[in-house]
Amino acid sequence: MASHDPRANPADSYLLFGIAMPKVRMITLVVGIALAITLPFMVSNFAVFQMTQVLVYAIAVLGLNLLTGYNGQFSLGHSAFYALGAYTTAIMIDRYEIEYYWTILPAGIVCFIGGFLFGLPALRLEGLYLALATFALAVATPQLLRYEHFEEFTGGVQGIDVFKPDSPISGLNADQYLYFFVLVVGALLILGAWNLVRGRTGRAMIAIRDNPIAASTMGINTSLYKSITFGVSGFYTGIAGALGAIVAEFVAPDSFTFFLSVWFLVGMVVGGLASIPAAIAGGIFILYMPNVSEEVISLFFGNDPSAKALIWVAFGLFLIFTVYVVPNGLAGLIRQGIAKLARRPGA
Amino acid sequence: MKLRLMSTVAVAAMALGAGPALAANAPGVTDTEIKIGNTNPYSGPASSYGTIGKSISACWDSINAGGGVNGRKIKWISYDDGYSPPKTKEQIRKLIERDEVAFTFQTLGTPTNSAVHKYMNKKKVPHLFVATGATKWGQPSKFPWTIGWQPNYQTVGAIFGNYILQNHPNAKVAIINQNDDYGKDYVIGMKQEMGDKFDKLVVKQETYEVTDPTIDSQIVGLANSGADVFVNISIPKFAAQAIKKMAAIGWKPVHLLNDVAASIKSTYTPAGLENSKGIISVDFYKDPNDPEWKDDAETKAWHAFMDKYYPDGDKANKFNAYGWAVCHTMKAVLEQAGDNLSRENIMKEAANLKQVHVPMLLPGMAVDTSPTDFYPLEQMQMMRFDGSRNVRFGPLISAETE
Repeated sequence: MASHDPRANPADSYLLFGIAMPKVRMITLVVGIALAITLPFMVSNFAVFQMTQVLVYAIAVLGLNLLTGYNGQFSLGHSAFYALGAYTTAIMIDRYEIEYYWTILPAGIVCFIGGFLFGLPALRLEGLYLALATFALAVATPQLLRYEHFEEFTGGVQGIDVFKPDSPISGLNADQYLYFFVLVVGALLILGAWNLVRGRTGRAMIAIRDNPIAASTMGINTSLYKSITFGVSGFYTGIAGALGAIVAEFVAPDSFTFFLSVWFLVGMVVGGLASIPAAIAGGIFILYMPNVSEEVISLFFGNDPSAKALIWVAFGLFLIFTVYVVPNGLAGLIRQGIAKLARRPGA
Repeated sequence: MKLRLMSTVAVAAMALGAGPALAANAPGVTDTEIKIGNTNPYSGPASSYGTIGKSISACWDSINAGGGVNGRKIKWISYDDGYSPPKTKEQIRKLIERDEVAFTFQTLGTPTNSAVHKYMNKKKVPHLFVATGATKWGQPSKFPWTIGWQPNYQTVGAIFGNYILQNHPNAKVAIINQNDDYGKDYVIGMKQEMGDKFDKLVVKQETYEVTDPTIDSQIVGLANSGADVFVNISIPKFAAQAIKKMAAIGWKPVHLLNDVAASIKSTYTPAGLENSKGIISVDFYKDPNDPEWKDDAETKAWHAFMDKYYPDGDKANKFNAYGWAVCHTMKAVLEQAGDNLSRENIMKEAANLKQVHVPMLLPGMAVDTSPTDFYPLEQMQMMRFDGSRNVRFGPLISAETE
């Protein structure tokens, strides 16, 4: 029946192990949601804390992916948006004693405005030059956070302690509660991103990425859409920062160095460009890969502190290996796998 | 989980006056082993401190080879946090919740320890002898589970302030400090010591960012102020730049340099030994490379330790002597705690060190704590660089932090 519908995606008619593709997607989604809900009850609090961090990084990677993957603009400055979001939340909680859940959206809005305003002048810059401009943003941010005349708000180098919310739900401990809180926010954001990239705005974003001249000929206001994309990207990353501040219970300038931007970039590329599930894979990679490297090194060298320097060598090797074997990211790998295994009905 | 419950019950029983019931031992303590957790920047911008973690690890190896502490071997688990506060949080949680260490010791860095300060106190896990000189680690009423070790930066600032008042009461003072809590703490200490004299004597104050490429322009500005006393609160790289620039423009004030940079190897040699002559600083532990300690038994023992247990370590790096001294402080606490190795008792003994001498401290110095004094080391001695070595002068100076 679907094959008669001219709007239908031809890929939907394929079968994976005899199951129709839309059904496969639905099953994957249900299994994924079921896992996300049940896992926190099966593992230790520390593992729940790590999973919460994975979600936070995934949201930040998603924000960067909207900008780079869907709109083709580079940014090395997303640590700045992450910091802005984190500090907005920390200052609202610490200085103005606002409940943590009221701070998430304002943090996102502040970063949307920041991203939009930064996007306007940055429009004149393309590719590598834009990357350099955003790099400056990433380098300047920790210094601004240290600046003594802002100290009243930012706490200067000492940073700000953020009180972690207690669980209001009996049966959930603080770590599990925070995980579900981040999960709900993350799910809303994923839903939003999914709607965005499939709609008119998303098509405009992708058209600008693929051919800006053609896009503007089609009547797309490229500068407006590029600025909005920068704003939306900042919004996502800012919310990730806000959640990150609550999870870590602490913000300080040293938490938001330029390296954080690089981590987001690594997460995005390893996960896969222009893909929403890829953001979760990216978040998992950012958090677990350094830990896996650490475990591998301690497997070979025991607890010898002299071997600590090798952790990053191992990490580097893993990274090179990943990029070499799966050049389209983990999401691309899965897509390729499905393409190989899926069969046309009756074939 | 059961253990923690039992210890809570035991503490409650003690609080009710049920007699000297023994609390259960902390997690990570068995009849043969004590697990100690640590984070250090083995990578990242502060990785030069990583040798502290390595020398402490080697120190435990040497103590374990001698039978351990009261028959228990020390298992030292040290993770890299890259000097990033969120990473520290993750690693500390891993240590306490997954590895189940008894307590943490010498976790390094001010922002990094700040990130876990509350967590440790909420969890009631001893957060012992943190490797930072900030003053905030000594608040027993608010944070009863956290204690520092080295003389804090304000103490040194106070010593400098006192020296100026005693020896140069009419000086014109110029100050440069790194623009962060470390730099500011020294200035706070000076202000507290000098009172309203601070504003009268200080003619110019400059700051620099740790990311600045050079501080030449600040030095020229300070020299032009006509100051005759210069208080230099900078890390070795910038201290060396300052000394060089001062020689180049012929500015020769009385130069007080913070202990952080008073290193012959990392500051005076690159700046030029001749240029560095006369610089005054302070210290609290022996420089094992100083000929003064050539025949000193403790220094010899340290050299033997380095040769046997940490042959890769740089003997010219004073941090390796620091690691040895702080490791023996920890050992003293565990010896004092005996077989009562509950977290409560370990913390109690850490705050109950009475004039304990540990190797490599300057003669006459001792570690001293009490339930209301969480600053273990509060004495220092001044020293002057004579072109080849730092010569100590004057008595040990105590500066109690309120």
